[in-house]
Amino acid sequence: MSVKTLKIDNQDIAVEAGTTIMEAAKEAGVRIPKLCHLEGLTPVGACRLCLVEIEGMNKLLPSCVTEVWEGMVIHTQTPKLQEYRRMNVELIFAEGNHVCSICVANGNCELQDVAVEVGMDHSRFPYRFPDRHVDLSHPLFGIDHNRCILCTRCVRVCDEVEGAHVWDVAQRGAAAYIVSGLNQPWGEVDACTSCGKCVDACPTGAIFKQGSTTGEKDADAPKFEFLTAAREKHQWTR
Amino acid sequence: MDKIRFATVWLAGCSGCHMSFLDLDEFLIDLADLVEVVYSPVGCDLKDYPDNVDVCLVEGAIANEDNLELIYKVRRKTKTLISFGDCAVTANVPAMRNMLRNSAEGVLKRGYLELADANPQLPHAPGIVPELIDRVTPIHELVPVDIFMPGCPPSADRIRATIEPLLHGQQPQMAGREMIKFG
Repeated sequence: MSVKTLKIDNQDIAVEAGTTIMEAAKEAGVRIPKLCHLEGLTPVGACRLCLVEIEGMNKLLPSCVTEVWEGMVIHTQTPKLQEYRRMNVELIFAEGNHVCSICVANGNCELQDVAVEVGMDHSRFPYRFPDRHVDLSHPLFGIDHNRCILCTRCVRVCDEVEGAHVWDVAQRGAAAYIVSGLNQPWGEVDACTSCGKCVDACPTGAIFKQGSTTGEKDADAPKFEFLTAAREKHQWTR
Repeated sequence: MDKIRFATVWLAGCSGCHMSFLDLDEFLIDLADLVEVVYSPVGCDLKDYPDNVDVCLVEGAIANEDNLELIYKVRRKTKTLISFGDCAVTANVPAMRNMLRNSAEGVLKRGYLELADANPQLPHAPGIVPELIDRVTPIHELVPVDIFMPGCPPSADRIRATIEPLLHGQQPQMAGREMIKFG
């Protein structure tokens, strides 16, 4: 096993080659904000919240998909990063229709938590108020696209952990949305096993159990780290 | 020393923020010693927004022509304007009508014609019922705001932690879950 030595926020650290910056930061006890990354799933670098500064590079790199290299000097909390992260969260809020007060995830929402973390007390960008839909065709669950931030955690958890691949991303840019089956109503997709993993993986209130009301959703996102460890390392207890 | 001239304004919101303000309980008595309430739906009978207001809490989004007229007046006559609650800060629930074709006409037709049980008819009473504007907006999209106090509603503790420093000439620290969590 080869080892890479690097510096994160002035802290010297040695990690195994192939480790991502985010994993190295976790080992060093440095918290990097994130939304799309979920332990146990393949990282995709979709939300851009985990961008970090690396000395000698003029572009910011997403820590969840960037592997460390020897002698890397990483900064995770510079004023530039803090400003970009706040702008990023404001843009996510302005892009969809996030009405916290009437949301199933109010108080248990990773987007809401991240807004507090980056110090967002208002959005400097005008809200788009896009016309998006709600699909309640599944007997147990629902998806409210207004609250979706396109993190693709549901896509990945359904594909990689459950093996059903019910979800995917349709269209591009601002028109992109999460699609079930072959762009069918969720309730008509035969591949869906109704396991509810997408409900637990969703960081916001976009995917929820039917019948839950304001503030009632309490997703279990950490369970996928356990499920993956159970499968790959045969660690059967949580 | 002159008392601080204090106002509260209620625009397009449910008045929940004002209810939460009344939830300040005995602190309201301390507050009454420090401020003169010059305009407020819950603390003053004056109908016209006065000049030289020091601090104003503005609840609600901007949804109609009355809101629009009042917010410009408030900004002109107020030193410290506080966006009070999620409707003021994000436009919140009142702005959910923006998703309906982003126009006043769209929402009126939906509400008064398409969903009407009997006698479908658009409301029209110039000078009495204020006309809706096409896009409901948070306050800071129209006028500069000095302090943002999110929350639906902000708790009494959050309201107190925001206005108490101002009464002593200091700025509140709007950071952390207790102060800026939406919803």
